[in-house]
Amino acid sequence: MNLKKLVTGVSGEKEFLLGNEAAVRGVIEAGVSIAATYPGTPSSEIGNVLSVLAKDANIYFEFSTNEKVAMEVAATAAASGLRSFTFMKHVGMNVASDSFMTTAYSGVNGGMVILSADDPSLFSSQNEQDTRNYARLANVPILEPSNCQEVKDMVKYAFDLSEQFNIPVIVRTTTRVSHMRGVVEFGDVEDNSSNNENHWKRGHFNKDPSKYVPVPAFAGDMHVTLWDKIHKIEDSTNKSDLNREIEFSTDKKYGLIASSSAYNYAYDVVKFNGLDVNILKLGFSYPFPKERVVEFLKDLDEVFIVEEVDPIIERDTLACIGSENLNVEVHGKLDGTFPIYHEFNSDIVADGLNKILNFKKDEDIAFSQSLEKLNDEIPSRVPVLCAGCPHRAMYYGINVAIEELGLKPSDVIFASDIGCYTLGINPPYNAADYLLSMGSSVGDGCGFSVSTDQKVASFIGDSTFFHSGISPLINAVHNKHNFVLTVLDNRITAMTGGQPNPGIPVDGMGDEAPEVSIRKLALACGCDYVRVINPFNLEQVVKTYREALERDDVAVIISKAPCTLIKGLTKKPPVKFIESNCNKCDKCVNGFACPAISKINGKIIINESQCDGCGACIQVCKYGALEAGR
Amino acid sequence: MDNHYSIYICGVGGQGIIKTSTIIGEAAMNQGLDVVMSEIHGMSQRGGSVSTELKIGGYNSSIIPKKGADMLLSFEPIETIRGLDKVNSETKIVYNTHPIIPSSANKPYPNVDNITKTLKENFKHVLPINGTQLAIDAGSVLSLNMVLLGAVTADDKFPLTKESVIEAMKNNLKPKFHEMNLKAIENGYKSIKN
Ligand code: SF4
Ligand code: SF4
Ligand code: SF4
Repeated sequence: MNLKKLVTGVSGEKEFLLGNEAAVRGVIEAGVSIAATYPGTPSSEIGNVLSVLAKDANIYFEFSTNEKVAMEVAATAAASGLRSFTFMKHVGMNVASDSFMTTAYSGVNGGMVILSADDPSLFSSQNEQDTRNYARLANVPILEPSNCQEVKDMVKYAFDLSEQFNIPVIVRTTTRVSHMRGVVEFGDVEDNSSNNENHWKRGHFNKDPSKYVPVPAFAGDMHVTLWDKIHKIEDSTNKSDLNREIEFSTDKKYGLIASSSAYNYAYDVVKFNGLDVNILKLGFSYPFPKERVVEFLKDLDEVFIVEEVDPIIERDTLACIGSENLNVEVHGKLDGTFPIYHEFNSDIVADGLNKILNFKKDEDIAFSQSLEKLNDEIPSRVPVLCAGCPHRAMYYGINVAIEELGLKPSDVIFASDIGCYTLGINPPYNAADYLLSMGSSVGDGCGFSVSTDQKVASFIGDSTFFHSGISPLINAVHNKHNFVLTVLDNRITAMTGGQPNPGIPVDGMGDEAPEVSIRKLALACGCDYVRVINPFNLEQVVKTYREALERDDVAVIISKAPCTLIKGLTKKPPVKFIESNCNKCDKCVNGFACPAISKINGKIIINESQCDGCGACIQVCKYGALEAGR
Repeated sequence: MDNHYSIYICGVGGQGIIKTSTIIGEAAMNQGLDVVMSEIHGMSQRGGSVSTELKIGGYNSSIIPKKGADMLLSFEPIETIRGLDKVNSETKIVYNTHPIIPSSANKPYPNVDNITKTLKENFKHVLPINGTQLAIDAGSVLSLNMVLLGAVTADDKFPLTKESVIEAMKNNLKPKFHEMNLKAIENGYKSIKN
């Protein structure tokens, strides 16, 4: 599909879209003026697509330095009467939460929608938290689409809802919804432009401190107003057709309540096994549609609650049963019918339902012994740093420096951060000992350096440094902490698919932009030792780490070389292997571990389609058996 | 439930698996069929195992249950093994016999002929093809995914026509490569039909 279709497509047209692309179409149909994000998988593609389409769609779009900033950009736009959209992954909500919580108090004028993508089973995340808790924490409505069509429709509807009640609205997806592809029928596009180029400037902020400045004197009333809104919205959730019943049976003994991707599994299991179970699908799940749920529960004997991550609908359902004195048995996560963590699938849901309904037949053909043996024998294939990745050279270099200084691996703590470089956790580098969140490697450096007599080496990426690495660096300098901070400046936000950040002379809409210098920032924070080095110069890498590790202040090393996946980079020819020089020391395979080098039948093989000629391995081989290609 | 068809596609990050799956999905949509697909993004892509799941006809969930696939299409021998929990005795197993050796592998790579032998002992429809060679024959090793796409369309139970798959291919890939890709699709198709 041509992405431009997301802008030009007319009502009734159908496309096979990724959930995240459907979200963009929803934003376009809703006539949004302002969008801001910090990239995070599984929500990243929304930004990638918006970045390409923003101008055609008449939307101002930015990659903000972090989710809190993105939240603030969207909140002020909405306060100024414009429709605004911000999106992030679940853990991004933590970063944004300080401003988000108060946005619920101050409310909005133009519609404001926050899309937060949860990651059950942690495909690319550090935890599994459930965004639906934030809806309850902040007291704002939440919608839970379960497929691509619903993503588009609910994003659009969320703007209407937001404007109707002057409140921000969350749309919660999960990995399987964001990264699902399905047929989406387009709707009408609401025009957001006033025909001038910077049309978004037409917003206007009308001052009203009692509404927008939550000093204690005002905030108390704001909280009252918020609860009033929530009570009114509850009426909408009870009537909303986003909460609807799917009938599979006239005998109302068993029921099932489900939302989001979990609903899909439940639907398929009930339908394809012909089960006598009616389903209440909750698409608008907070404020909890109590009346709707009670009406569904009334005639039932037993109800299954199928939801991913936390037992949230389940607890609300139990509360309904308690307050209405109903006699319905609840099967969900709390009684162990379904697992309390990790992603669901049809098999898990079927197993859970089967505990009560006993519909499964013993048809399983056992995996035969020979297959089982084969299964045990195959090597694993875990994600690794790419061939030619600049991070590998740094990890190799610091390990050499540590050895040369006569230190043991246990003498140095590697504080890691969120990005490709977390993959340094794998052998042979073993370069990740502790990790909390975006920017945490710098704060962790502070803590370890005062609480242990070990050396500390913190690693952070350029984008992550801008995101939340600067304030802990100020902390480190002022409080006289002692560690080596390496900023791995690969000129892109690589892990999420190559988005720009403030260190690059291009912005989110592809326009030229001032480049913010990491070196000058580190100097301005008060660091005395700041070195910018080329990671592919191994001698320089080792020498710099030796120096830095011996200091007793915060030493900052900026490793500057582009990620090999950046489009349009000119690559050097692959290296050549000179067999007669090889002394079979295996340093290139086991010590450096570039995936383009492997050893097959005792001989070193360079995979020419993978090698990008970075030249690092040439310096690793002491015997001259690896040579620059021509 | 005749028009239900599920394909589990697996291989290694960077082999063009998502593109291939999207083309099948678009072809299904163009033929007026219901289709959902699940794909993998993010950390798993750095040379790790990658899989997509496609379900045509009336499904809500895009995940294929255990033993639920009509076709297992694998771009790489050992990834075939990893996909076997989606397979039942009737599933067609089509796979490329050219290995990609994992870097920093914890175990030696098994012999591909042994893999084929064991699979044949256990399943009825095992169809190994040298997709990499067929891709080179078509003009470039990069057309491997189109060879495998052609192989899927050759299955008797596959609900889409070769023509609609080719239309969707043209819609998704640069015109410059259409001719080569057509050849690749044809090579894959023939290798299964014969
Ligand atoms: S994507 Fe870029 S930064 Fe990430 S591992 Fe690959 S080369 Fe390194
Ligand atoms: S590092 Fe050099 S000498 Fe050692 S195995 Fe590799 S190519 Fe041979
Ligand atoms: S030059 Fe050496 S280290 Fe760099 S990508 Fe090629 S094989 Fe790997």
